[in-house]
Amino acid sequence: MVAHAEDVVPPRPALLAFAARWLLTTNHKEIGTLYLWLSFTLFFIAGAMAMVIRLELFQPGIQFAQPLFYNQMLTMHGLLMVFGVVMPGFVGLANWQIPLMIGAPDMALPRLNNFSFWILPFAFTLLISSLFMEGGAPNFGWTFYAPLSTTYGPPSTDFFILGVHMMGISSVLGAINIIVTIFNLRAPGMTLMQMPLFVWTWLITAFLLIMVMPVLAGVVTMMLTDRHFGTSFFSAAGGGDPVMFQHIFWFFGHPEVYILILPGFGIASQIIPTFARKKLFGYNSMVYATVAIAVLSFVVWGHHMFTTGMPLFGELFFMYATMLIAVPTGVKVFNWVATMWRGSMTFETPMLFAIGFVILFTIGGFSGLMLALVPADFQYHDTFFVVAHFHYVLYPGAIFGTMAAVYYWLPKWTGHMYDERLGKLHFWVAVVAVNLTFFPMHFSGLAGMPRRVVDYSLQFADFNMVSSIGAGLLGLTQVLFLYIVIKTIRGGPKASARVWDGAEGLEWTVPSPAPLHTFETPPQFPPVMDRDVDEGTPIRNE
Amino acid sequence: MTSFAGRLKCGLMTSVLWGFSHPAAAVVLDLREGVTDMSRRIQELHHLSLWICVVMGVVVFGAMFYSMFAHRRSRHPQPANFHESTLVEVVWTVIPVLILVFMAIPATTALMDIEDNSDADLTVLITASQWKWHYQYLEADIGFYSNLTTPDEQINNLAPKGEHYLLEADNPLVLPTHKKVRFLVTSNDVIHSWWVPDFAVKQDAIPGFINEAWTRVNEPGLYRGQCTELCGKDHAYMPVVVHVIPEAEFNQWIDDQRLARELASGEAVADRAKTWSIAELMTIGEQVFLGHCATCHEPTGLGQGSTYPALAGGVIPTGPLTAHIDRVMNGKADTEMQAWAPQLSDRELAAVITYERNAWGNATADVIQPRAIYAAR
Amino acid sequence: MSEAPRYHVPHSSPWPIIGSCALFVTAFGAATFIHQSTEKVAAEGSFGEPIFFAGLALIAFMMFGWFGVVIRESVQGMNSGLLDRSYRMGMAWFIISEVMFFGVFFGALFYARILSVPWLAGAGNNLETHVLLWPDFADTWPLFRTPGGTTTEAMQAWGLPFVNTIILVTSSVTVTFAHWALRKNQRVPLLFWLALTVALGATFLTLQVVEYIHAFNELGLSLGAGIYGSTFFMLTGFHGAHVTMGTIMLGVMLMRCFSGHFTSEHHFAFEAVSWYWHFVDVIWLFLFTFVYWF
Ligand code: HEA
Ligand code: HEA
Ligand code: HEC
Ligand code: CUA
Ligand SMILES: [Cu+2]
Repeated sequence: MVAHAEDVVPPRPALLAFAARWLLTTNHKEIGTLYLWLSFTLFFIAGAMAMVIRLELFQPGIQFAQPLFYNQMLTMHGLLMVFGVVMPGFVGLANWQIPLMIGAPDMALPRLNNFSFWILPFAFTLLISSLFMEGGAPNFGWTFYAPLSTTYGPPSTDFFILGVHMMGISSVLGAINIIVTIFNLRAPGMTLMQMPLFVWTWLITAFLLIMVMPVLAGVVTMMLTDRHFGTSFFSAAGGGDPVMFQHIFWFFGHPEVYILILPGFGIASQIIPTFARKKLFGYNSMVYATVAIAVLSFVVWGHHMFTTGMPLFGELFFMYATMLIAVPTGVKVFNWVATMWRGSMTFETPMLFAIGFVILFTIGGFSGLMLALVPADFQYHDTFFVVAHFHYVLYPGAIFGTMAAVYYWLPKWTGHMYDERLGKLHFWVAVVAVNLTFFPMHFSGLAGMPRRVVDYSLQFADFNMVSSIGAGLLGLTQVLFLYIVIKTIRGGPKASARVWDGAEGLEWTVPSPAPLHTFETPPQFPPVMDRDVDEGTPIRNE
Repeated sequence: MTSFAGRLKCGLMTSVLWGFSHPAAAVVLDLREGVTDMSRRIQELHHLSLWICVVMGVVVFGAMFYSMFAHRRSRHPQPANFHESTLVEVVWTVIPVLILVFMAIPATTALMDIEDNSDADLTVLITASQWKWHYQYLEADIGFYSNLTTPDEQINNLAPKGEHYLLEADNPLVLPTHKKVRFLVTSNDVIHSWWVPDFAVKQDAIPGFINEAWTRVNEPGLYRGQCTELCGKDHAYMPVVVHVIPEAEFNQWIDDQRLARELASGEAVADRAKTWSIAELMTIGEQVFLGHCATCHEPTGLGQGSTYPALAGGVIPTGPLTAHIDRVMNGKADTEMQAWAPQLSDRELAAVITYERNAWGNATADVIQPRAIYAAR
Repeated sequence: MSEAPRYHVPHSSPWPIIGSCALFVTAFGAATFIHQSTEKVAAEGSFGEPIFFAGLALIAFMMFGWFGVVIRESVQGMNSGLLDRSYRMGMAWFIISEVMFFGVFFGALFYARILSVPWLAGAGNNLETHVLLWPDFADTWPLFRTPGGTTTEAMQAWGLPFVNTIILVTSSVTVTFAHWALRKNQRVPLLFWLALTVALGATFLTLQVVEYIHAFNELGLSLGAGIYGSTFFMLTGFHGAHVTMGTIMLGVMLMRCFSGHFTSEHHFAFEAVSWYWHFVDVIWLFLFTFVYWF
C-alpha cells in the first residue's frame, strides 16, 4: 500500500521483503492496489498506442506507421484497453471496496484472489511480447474475425490465443470470488436489497463474467484448432461458416461491453447521493434495471452483424431487443437526475466526474440507439460513427467512472486528501479533450470514413485533425492524473474517517487510511453515521 | 524504409503543402443524402432518431443542469427527503417504450424493402480479394478487376494528393440508371465489405457464402466508396468506384466490353506468336510488378520481414522455372499470395516472371515467353 | 490469527504466484510447441515441447502444494462453516462456467447443423451460395461430404458410445453410493464404491481411445474431416479431458479416504469432486444425444 512510498532506497533484504509482500499477499486491499496499478500502467501503454493511431491519422497519407504496423497498434490498443485497463481497473475497485462496503474481513477466497491477479501480468506480458515477434503482433482488430485471424493471422496469434485463455481464467476466478464474497460475507443484518449499488452492479457483472468468459475461451480454442489442427469451424469448404465466429464472439462481446459499464453505473450511484446529500432515488428500480440490462445483453449480440447477410427475421429480432435496452438504461439515468433533484449539491472532483459520466455516457447511449436501427446501421456500420459511439460509452463512461471512484475513495485508501484544485483542473481539461477527440468522429463517420484505416481521403481531413489535437490534450491529462495520485499518496491534508459529509455506508466507519485488516469482527449494520463522531474535518466546499 | 526523421520531415512538408492546397470545403455534419430512394429514406430515419435523441437529451440534461444550478448547496442548503415513487418509475419506463415503438416502425418497413432482392433487372457478382474487387455481369458474361490507381508517391507524401485520393480505381463498376441491380457479394480470402454510401448499400463479402443486396440509381454519375471490413494490410486501399450511366450508353458499353474481349484474345494470339526480347519483357514486367506485387514484396523485391518473402535472391525466383511459374500463376493456398493467372494476361505474367528472375541482382538470365504461360494454363 | 472467530483469512501464500508462473510457462510452451509441430512457422531451435511439459509439471506441483495447505487447514479444524459455504459456492459457480464452456461447442454444433450446412446447400436466403459456389453440395447430417469434397463416415451411436454411456451413468450411481457410505461412516463400502467409480472412469477413457482409433483408421473421421469431424472431436475430446481430470481427482479422493481425511460431516472436497463427476456425466448424456444419436 502506501506506507512504503517514502522509504529511502531499501537495502536488499527490504527489497526482498517488499517483493515477497506484494507477490504473496492475500489481503484484499493490497491486491486491489495491485490491480489498480496494473490497470493504470496498461492505460499508459494502450494510450500510447492510441497516440500512434491519432498521429498517423492527423492527416492523409502515410507518415509514421506503415499499414501493417497501424493494424497492430489498433488491435493492441483495443485489446489492452478492454481487457487490460477497464476490467482490471474495476476489479481493483471491487477488491478494495466490496469487503469494506459489506463489512467483510476480506474476500471470501483470499489466495484465489492473489492467483487471479498474478495471472494477469503474465497474460499481458505474453500479449505485448507479440509486438516483438517475427511477423509482428496480432493485426486483425480486437474482434479478431476469422479467417483474417485464423488462416491469415501472423504466427504471434497463437501467443495471443493463449494469453486470452489466461485472462479468461483470471476473470472467471476473480468473478467467482466476488460473487461468493457478496453472497456469503455480508455484515449480519445486511440483506441483498440493502447492499450499496456498487456491490449490486458488481454482483451482476461477476455473473456476466462467469457466463461469457468461457465463451471467449471457447472461440479462441476453435481458432487455435482451425489454425493448426485442421478443423473447419470457420471455413465454408468444410461446412463451417466464418460468420459463426462472429456469432460466438459477439455472444461474448455484447455482455462484455456491459461488464465494462455496469460497475461504472454502480459508482455513479454511490457518488451522486453523497454529493446531493440525498438518498439514491429508486433503489429498487436501479437494481431491477441492472438485472434487466444483464438479461437483455444476452440476446442482442446480432446488432454487430447486421451487414453479414443474416436473415430478415434475425435482423428484426436483434433490432428490437437492442432498442429495449434503452429502457432500463434510461431508468437509471432518470433516477440519477431524480437523486440530484432538490438535493443540496456540491461539486467536488468525484461529483464532477460522476456528472460527466452520466451526461457523456448518455450521449454514447443515444448513438448506440441510432446504431440499433438496422437500415441506418447499414450506413453507420464500420465507420467512425461506431468508433465515436463506443469511445463515448468507454472513455467518459468506463474511464470517467473509474476516475470518479478513485477520487472518491482515494482519501480512504491513502489517508490524504487529494489536491482539489488540480482535481478540478483535471476534470475540466479532460471533458474538453474527450469531446474534442471523439465528437468529430461522429461527423467523419457520417461523411463515410471507414474505421480501421491507416489512411483516408481528403474530405475527412479536418475532422481528423481536430480529433488528433484533442487526443494529444487527452494524453496530457493522464499525466496530470498520475501526478495527482502520486502527490496524494505521498502526503496532503489528513482525511477523516467519513471523508465526505454526505457519505453513507460501512466503508466510512473505518479510519482513513483504512487499516490493513478491517471488520475482523462483523460490524453493526446499519452503521451509525453520526457526523460528530469524526475526529478529522470533513471536506466542506461552499 | 526511410528513417523516422525522414518520415517526420516529409510529414511536416506535406502538412504545409496541404495547408495551402486545401480548398475551403463546406463542413458537412449530416449523414449523406445519397442518390437512391433507399439512401434518402435512411437519411430520414437518421434525422428522426437523431432528433428524438436530441430532444431526450435536452429534457434530461436540462433537468439536470437546472437542478445543478437551483439545488446546489449555497442556494438549497436543506436537501429534500423523497427517494422513491412507483408512479414516476412506471411513467419513465412506459414513455421510452412508446418512443422506441415509434422509431421501430419506419425502421422495420425500410428494412423489409432492403431485404427484398426479387425482380432484379441485372445481376452483378462481386468477388472481393485482398485488396481488389472483381465484377462479373452474370447475364452479359463480362468480368473484370477493379484496382486502386492512386500512385504510391501520393500515399507516401512525395507528390501532392489528387482530388479523389484513395477513391479512384482503374475499372469502375458500370451500371445503368433506373434499373434494379442485384449484387451478389462474396470473397476469395478474408471478409471484406462492399459499400457505396450514396446508394446506402453495404454488404459483407464472406468467403464461401454469397450475400445479396440491391440498388436502383436514377442519377448518372461517379460514386465512390470503400471496403469497410478490416481485411488486412491494405484495407484502406480498396476503393469501390461505380459509374452510373443512362441505359442506352450502358448497352453500348457492354457491347464495347465484348468487343474488347475479342480484341484481347486476338492480341493474346499475336503475343504468343511473337518471340519477345528480354528488354521488352523487363519493361513491361517492372510496370506489372509495381502495379500488383510491390505492395507486398516492395519495389525493391526485398519483401517485408517474414510476412512477405523477399524475391531478390529468393528461393523460388532463383530456383527452378516451373515452380516459379506455378507459384505466380496459382499462388499458394491459404496465404496472401493469391493466384494471378485469372488476373493477368499471358504477356503480363511472362513479363513479371522474367522481371523477377532478372531484377535486383537475380541473374538467372531466363526469358519467359507468353506462349510458355499459355501452355501452363 | 489461526482461530479467526468467524472467518479464516489466510496469510500470504506462495502457491498462487507459483501457479501464475506455471500457467505462463505452459502457455508460452504450448504456443511454441504448436509452432514447432505444425508447418505454419518453423520454430527450430526453440524448446516448446520441454517448456510446455515443464509448465504442466509446475501446475501439478502447485496443485499438490496448494491443496495440501488447504487440506492441512481443514484437518486442523480452521475452516468455519462459513468458509465451507464459500468453497461450495465457489465450486458451483465454477461448474456453471464450465457449462458455458461446453455450451460454446454445442453452440457450434447446432449452428453447423441447423444453419451453416443447410445454407451451403441453398436453404434460407442462400440459394445463390448453392448455385454459384457449391453446386454439388447436399445437406446431410452427419456431413459425409463437405462442400470442399472431403469425405468421412459417421460414428455409430449404439456400439461403443452406448456402452460408454452406460459406464458413465453407472459411475455416477457408484459415486453416490460412496457418498452415502461416507455420510454413514462406513469405511469399507466407501472405499469399494469409490474405487469402482475410478475404475469405471478409466474404462470409459480406454474405450474412448479405442473409439478414436476406430474413427481414424476405419471411418476416415478426423479433426480435418469437415465440420462433422471438427465438432465431434472438439466435444468428445473436451469431454474426455474432463473425464481424465475427474478420474484423477477421484483417485486423489480415494487416497484421502484411505488416509481417513474425511468425516461424515466434513468432506467438502469429496462432494466437490462428485459434483464435478455428475456434471461430466450430464454433459455426456447431451453429447450422446446430439453428437452420436440424432
Ligand atoms: C461500455 C460499453 C458499451 C455500452 C454501454 C454500449 C451500449 C449500447 N450500444 Fe454499443 N458498442 C460498444 C460498447 C458499448 N455499447 C462497442 C465497444 C462497440 C463496437 C465494437 C466493435 O465493433 O469494435 C459497440 C457497437 C455497437 C453497435 C454495432 C455498431 C456497428 O458495428 O454497426 C450497436 C448497434 O446496435 C450498439 C448499440 C448499443 C446500444 C443500443 C447500447 C445501449 O445500451 C445504450 C442505452 C443508453 C441510452 C439509450 C441512453 C440513456 C437512455 C435514456 C436517457 C432513455 C431514453 C432514451 C430514448 C428512449 C431515446 N453498439
Ligand atoms: C476502454 C476502452 C478504450 C479507451 C479508454 C480508448 C481510448 C482512446 N482511443 Fe480507442 N479504441 C478502443 C477502446 C478504447 N479506446 C477499442 C475497443 C477500439 C477498436 C479497436 C479495433 O477496431 O479493433 C478503439 C479504436 C480507436 C480508434 C480507431 C482506429 C481505427 O478504427 O482506425 C481510435 C482513433 O482515433 C482510438 C483513439 C483513442 C484515443 C485517442 C483514446 C484516448 O482516450 C487515450 C488517452 C490515453 C493516453 C493518451 C495515455 C496516457 C498518456 C501518455 C501515454 C503520455 C504520453 C502522451 C502523449 C504522447 C500526448 N481508439
Ligand atoms: C497480398 C500480398 C501479395 C501480393 C500482392 C503478391 N504476393 Fe507474392 N507472396 C505473398 C506471400 C505472403 C508469399 C509467401 C507465401 C508462402 O510461401 O507462405 C508470396 C510468395 C511469392 C513467391 C514465392 C517466393 C518464395 O521464394 O517463396 C513469388 C515468386 C511471388 N510471391 C511472386 C509474386 C508476384 C509476381 C506478384 C504479383 C503479380 C505477387 N507475388 C504479389 C504475398 C503477395
Ligand atoms: Cu477489403 Cu477491407
Ligand atoms: Cu453490442
